[in-house]
Amino acid sequence: MTASPPRIPLSFVGKRLLYGMMTVFAIAVINFFLLQLAPGDAAEALAGEAGTASPEYIAELRAQFGLDQPLMLQLWAFVSRLFTLDLGYSFRYGADVADLIFARLPATLLLMTTSVVFAVIGGIVLGVTAARFANRLPDRLISFTGLLFYATPPFWIGLMMILVFSVWFGWVPTSGMENVLAFNTGWARAVDIGHHLILPALTQAFFYLAIYIRLVRAGMLDVLSLEFIRVARAKGISEARIGYRHALRSAVMPLVTVVGTNVGGFLGGAVLTETVFSWPGVGRLMFDAMFQRDLNLLLSILILSSVFVVVTNFVVDILYVLINPTVELK
Amino acid sequence: MTQIFGTQVGRTDGAGFAIDRRGLLAAGGAAGLLGGLMPFAAAKAARAGGTLAMTINPEPNAMVSAFNTASPVAVISAKMTEGLLHYDFDLNAHPALATGWEMAEDGLSIRFDLRPGVKWHDGVDFTSADVAYSILQILRKHHPRGKSVFAKVTDVETPDALTAILRLSEPAPALMYALSGWESPIVPKHIYDGTDVLTNPANNAPVGTGPFKFVAWERGSHIILEANRDYWGSAAPVLDRLVVRIITDPSARVAAFEAGELHLGGDGPIPVSEVKRFTESPKFQVETRGTELNNSLDVVELNLRNEILAKPEVRQALMHALNRDLMMQVVYYGLAEQLTGPIPQSLPHLYTADVPAYPYDPDRARALLDAAGHAAGSDGMRFGLRLIAPAIGDTYDRAAQFMRQQFKAVGIDLELVSADVPTFIRSVYGEYDFDLSMFPASVTADPTIGSQRFYWSKAIAQGTPFVNASGYSSPEMDMLLEAAAVEPDPARRRQFFIEFQQRAMADLPILPLARPIYVTVASADVENFVVGPEGVRASYGSLAFA
Repeated sequence: MTASPPRIPLSFVGKRLLYGMMTVFAIAVINFFLLQLAPGDAAEALAGEAGTASPEYIAELRAQFGLDQPLMLQLWAFVSRLFTLDLGYSFRYGADVADLIFARLPATLLLMTTSVVFAVIGGIVLGVTAARFANRLPDRLISFTGLLFYATPPFWIGLMMILVFSVWFGWVPTSGMENVLAFNTGWARAVDIGHHLILPALTQAFFYLAIYIRLVRAGMLDVLSLEFIRVARAKGISEARIGYRHALRSAVMPLVTVVGTNVGGFLGGAVLTETVFSWPGVGRLMFDAMFQRDLNLLLSILILSSVFVVVTNFVVDILYVLINPTVELK
Repeated sequence: MTQIFGTQVGRTDGAGFAIDRRGLLAAGGAAGLLGGLMPFAAAKAARAGGTLAMTINPEPNAMVSAFNTASPVAVISAKMTEGLLHYDFDLNAHPALATGWEMAEDGLSIRFDLRPGVKWHDGVDFTSADVAYSILQILRKHHPRGKSVFAKVTDVETPDALTAILRLSEPAPALMYALSGWESPIVPKHIYDGTDVLTNPANNAPVGTGPFKFVAWERGSHIILEANRDYWGSAAPVLDRLVVRIITDPSARVAAFEAGELHLGGDGPIPVSEVKRFTESPKFQVETRGTELNNSLDVVELNLRNEILAKPEVRQALMHALNRDLMMQVVYYGLAEQLTGPIPQSLPHLYTADVPAYPYDPDRARALLDAAGHAAGSDGMRFGLRLIAPAIGDTYDRAAQFMRQQFKAVGIDLELVSADVPTFIRSVYGEYDFDLSMFPASVTADPTIGSQRFYWSKAIAQGTPFVNASGYSSPEMDMLLEAAAVEPDPARRRQFFIEFQQRAMADLPILPLARPIYVTVASADVENFVVGPEGVRASYGSLAFA
């Protein structure tokens, strides 16, 4: 199947870039006001942890955090920082917000990439298989397993896997991203991180896998009943080739959309997995920031997350064209 | 050890007091001979070296406890920074950075002789200038509790490099209990002076005098400390490295302990329901001591602005309605001291059992409520109240459910609200929007620092967390607390606190329930992990593998 190279008009890119920036800005401002609704502020959260605090201490914290300023001034400070791409300083952690986030980003990206790749490959193989054997034993087994994964909370799957594979069998470590007692470097460290990655990546992947299997199966069943498949069959093309080369190309579109949504939402979507496996990712940072009312840090992560969503959507649109050249970008 | 300290130590038997002036003098003399890290806890023979993994939960958000005294910060800070004193289980003071100390007869000055030959981690000599700077510029200005603890300190004189004299406007006996390394760390003047101390990089990468040096902090993952081989305690530190792993989920911590990836954790690292199993397992050691300097109490504060709760009979009825024996078992799995008053038995030199008591007696509770004019309606209920508690662990959920059940039996309908910490603080202390508030009230090592703020009418300050939120105001109580705060004579001070406990239980603005015991868990081969009341907040110079 040869196709002319897909066309991606420049006006499309420009328009999407502009819309994307406006979306991110709108999300930032809306989030700013939404977060003000949470009762209590960072000074109170900090004082709450200390267990004791004099009124002067609280007042000093508020002044330091800029919380004693009128709301509109705080918004203005926030927006002007945003336009200079300066995420500000987290008094809570005593560090620059950008440093905090980017130090945790690699862990999240690693977990995301591994689990999504695993889930996509698994989802396609199992989904296509299920569709080819629709309503027969392989399909029933795959669909049942998928449903089971989908219905089970990921943190529970994670804990059970820790219990079985770490505590009972001792095959993999229980938690963390690397063996911090070993002080590995170079390849030894990479292998060690890979070893630690297995359980969290599987846990996170299982949840996606269940959705992907169902999507691919349903898409495949639709496509397999179409005319061009009958033609292909008549030509004597093998069933496997029909499945993966001909039908999948059309059937995979809904999967691309959903994978795009999952990837976009990943920054916060892995909180449970990160918690169970003590994976030092951005999701945990965001979760903690909420409970500590470190709104500046939280807003920054939310903005980054919205940028992520916008970029992924853009990539997904391009992917449509690459996968199916009949799609036209406007 | 008791012999060495002569008059000072002698088991605190009521009339005795942990720190008296003659004792302080004696300790000063004896300490020079010892020079050890923890003279009161003979370190067992241990294998030198090794890397130990401990966990701290939640992750500390700073490495120095001078500006933030959250419990995890205190634990990590104390490994790197030190205080002037250490304490033993009876809260007697022992030398740390100070080798000797003497309080003047009038209680208006305290002289500290400092340890010679101590160096900061960057090689600079530790001197009295560091002590003066830390107390005046850091602790008194920026420490959450320091403002009240060091409020009476007017100046710190430094006649020579190894002497620091605190000048006080009034006697401040409580101050002598607040000088441990995790509570009042001494920080290096040459690092902080002239900088914006709150954002000084050393807050996250400390330069201290302690047995461990800061190496790295990977947020969300781990903290690495290494042995300070120039440490003044010649035998310490035993370990080569101390690595702190951040493991957020309690079940994951259990798994990490069982898989041998974790050797140590304090402040209740595993769910209370797991403690029994760990205690019985030969693979682990579980220690229940080591929080006697915190004394965090679970209490229920009553909002006296509520006209129902303003009636003393109602408050007494609430106490009579609660089966606290059962509560210790059901809610705390037996891991708690049942309180008789606002001061726990872990402060033996101040505790008294001779207070008004309210044994479990639902009939008496009903009679008291009838007498208060709240007869039961046709459905058996009299009135409704709202209990708010912070969402910190499942103990509070269990306790709230338990109270709801018990109060229902006497006709009080308890509505339960569980809020995250900032919401809890805003509701209870910011808006006084509560009837009953259950929370951890820390007595610390001295009631003047810890308890006074809950009972003192002058501590009513809307918007300030963890002070008098009940609105309780009693001139007699104020007088007692104020007198105790400045009373240098230990026996007389004890008498004031006995009357305080009696009055607190007669007036009942707060229902004291339990002192939960937060266990420390270690694998079987770890030694010296709880050697004093500092528990996991100790400097851990003697911490070792067997």
